[in-house]
Amino acid sequence: MKVNTMAEMMMNGESPEILFWVGCAGSFDQRAQKITKAFASILDKVGYKYAILGKEEACTGDPARRAGNEFLFQMMAYQNIQVLNGYGIKKIVTTCPHCFNTLKNEYPELGGTYEVIHHTTLLQQLIDEGRIKLKEGGSFKGKKISYHDSCYLGRANNIYEAPRKVLEALDAELIEMKRCKTNGLCCGAGGAQMFKEDEPGDKRINIERTDEALATGAAFIASACPFCNTMMTDGVKNREMENEVGVLDIAEMIAASME
Amino acid sequence: MQYVQQALFVLLSAAAIWLFTKKAGEIRRNILLGKDEDLSDNPSLRFKNLLLLALGQKKMFKNPLVALMHFVIYAGFIIINLEVLEIVLDGLLGKHRLFAPLLGPLYNWLINGFEFLAVGVIFVCVVFLCRRNIIKLKRFIHKDLNGWPRSDANYILLTEIILMSLFLTMNATDQVLQANGNEHYHQTGSFFFSNLLTPLFIGDSNSSLMAIERTCWWLHIAGIFAFLNYLPYSKHLHIMLAFPNAYYARLEVPGKMKNMPAVQNEVLYAMQPETAPTDAAPPARFGAKDIFDLSWKNLLDAYSCTECGRCTASCPANITGKLLSPRKIMMATRDRMEDVGRNINVNKHFVDDSKSLLHDYISIEELRACTTCNACVEACPVSISPLEIIAELRRSLIMEESNAPQEWNGTFSNIENNFAPWKFSPDDRDKWAEEMNR
Repeated sequence: MKVNTMAEMMMNGESPEILFWVGCAGSFDQRAQKITKAFASILDKVGYKYAILGKEEACTGDPARRAGNEFLFQMMAYQNIQVLNGYGIKKIVTTCPHCFNTLKNEYPELGGTYEVIHHTTLLQQLIDEGRIKLKEGGSFKGKKISYHDSCYLGRANNIYEAPRKVLEALDAELIEMKRCKTNGLCCGAGGAQMFKEDEPGDKRINIERTDEALATGAAFIASACPFCNTMMTDGVKNREMENEVGVLDIAEMIAASME
Repeated sequence: MQYVQQALFVLLSAAAIWLFTKKAGEIRRNILLGKDEDLSDNPSLRFKNLLLLALGQKKMFKNPLVALMHFVIYAGFIIINLEVLEIVLDGLLGKHRLFAPLLGPLYNWLINGFEFLAVGVIFVCVVFLCRRNIIKLKRFIHKDLNGWPRSDANYILLTEIILMSLFLTMNATDQVLQANGNEHYHQTGSFFFSNLLTPLFIGDSNSSLMAIERTCWWLHIAGIFAFLNYLPYSKHLHIMLAFPNAYYARLEVPGKMKNMPAVQNEVLYAMQPETAPTDAAPPARFGAKDIFDLSWKNLLDAYSCTECGRCTASCPANITGKLLSPRKIMMATRDRMEDVGRNINVNKHFVDDSKSLLHDYISIEELRACTTCNACVEACPVSISPLEIIAELRRSLIMEESNAPQEWNGTFSNIENNFAPWKFSPDDRDKWAEEMNR
């Protein structure tokens, strides 16, 4: 398969249906790269014409803004909006809820207005339209899956159903954690916490959340955010449950279950 | 004698209302110390929020049983206050049960309804006292509430029990007096709940019954006036401010952070110098160091907080033992406003006291623990955002004081130089794609 960049598409006089905003985690983090690849392979398989920015993509500035560094955020936003508007981008899909939130809600007043959707929403659409065809008796059939709500998808943007609908399509048994949907507990990564040590306390947030997920007895913890994925993966390892419980992004589950 | 009572009543009412108005004015002044922010858009949606969130207490119903109990106190308190209208008019005009002859049988029905609510209020207040002091719910024994705030909560519940008991006792003695044929006491028909209390008073002389009835009447109305004037000093102010606070709640999705147009322009002028106006003055201050730098809505939030602690109970940082407590952020903001307000009362205008909300009331460690997960915002029944205050204080820390943990400084420089929070080469950004293209 071929992953095209916007620059390549432009050179060939083509334009994509959608821009896949990969995000820093999806681009550089080894674990998150797998999510990126899984999602790209889904788009490729269903024949969705997409492109990435490639080397022209840069951090949206989310962690800088949340940490309090508005200057850096505005610099990143300025650069990205220049690039996106330069290519005349209309529609963006991203596998990262933080990028999603920033692109969708914070760039418009800075001059960057696009239709932005999260990959779980796109996956739900593709399943509903019958473009994604799932194997009969896929590897998740009847398995217990617990979905961990990402704060930036859930509370921040009120998206609770799309990821769950996608998981239901896997014929799996969805078990909710005690704190879910609007009451979901953060994984501990947001607000630039991912990039620093925890403040003094008696437990790490990701351990607290992992314990809750493990208590459901689920065989898989489903995530929809590369940062949540890292946090939950670390938590499961910390509890030495990595052989019993898998932490997978919803895109990885779908990619593994497609015909 | 009657005229003395009337005069006393007028005096008491006037004093209570004057005191309350004065303090309410101070609170309004304190709130307006914050920065201007236009929140008058979309009035229909705002009105809907007021109805759903404040009047309908929608968020409370996340826990239906507690919501129901809270609703009993709330409805009881508001509806029984209709009775206060009669009490006030009686007091002013020197009448007794002014509405009884006017309303006829409906009057009996109304008072019975009020009594039913009064008993409900007493019951729920007792349950709530138990939750705070015997069952010791975690969010109520939390260290945020040590000292005055914990007593404040108990005083409110006790006062409501006392006020409702006075109301019932007053009605009970009234009924005995009616039965004794005292002409001043109109026949109103029996009131179900206070009738149960009448055995306590049967056999008492008319004069002692009247003394009890009058004492209850006076204490009831004096208690209500005292309560009114206690509100501005108490967490209980939420019974009033929840309404404007719900109306002015932010309507944008919670994920969106407030933009800083001043910084946006600075960056624009740096990138495109030709767009810079020649007289562009740099913004006075970045983020919020003190209450003056916050929006008036943040300050209204602080006065609307009733310290219930749902925010703190849902905060991932607090749950895992970090210092941050969103409730304490709101309490600290109100404390600072009160201190500034006192300063203004004494000096006519604010005289620098070399203190600020940041550092002196809210510490760096608290701010640093926030994951911006919006759990506190979601949890608040009265539309408060502790997160907005945290974010504004963080901006001040970073942009005014360059005060960041070492790791964040590394993150910032990576974002600036490598366009990602980690130290990877920007050239490797699409390496995953190259691997797939092979």
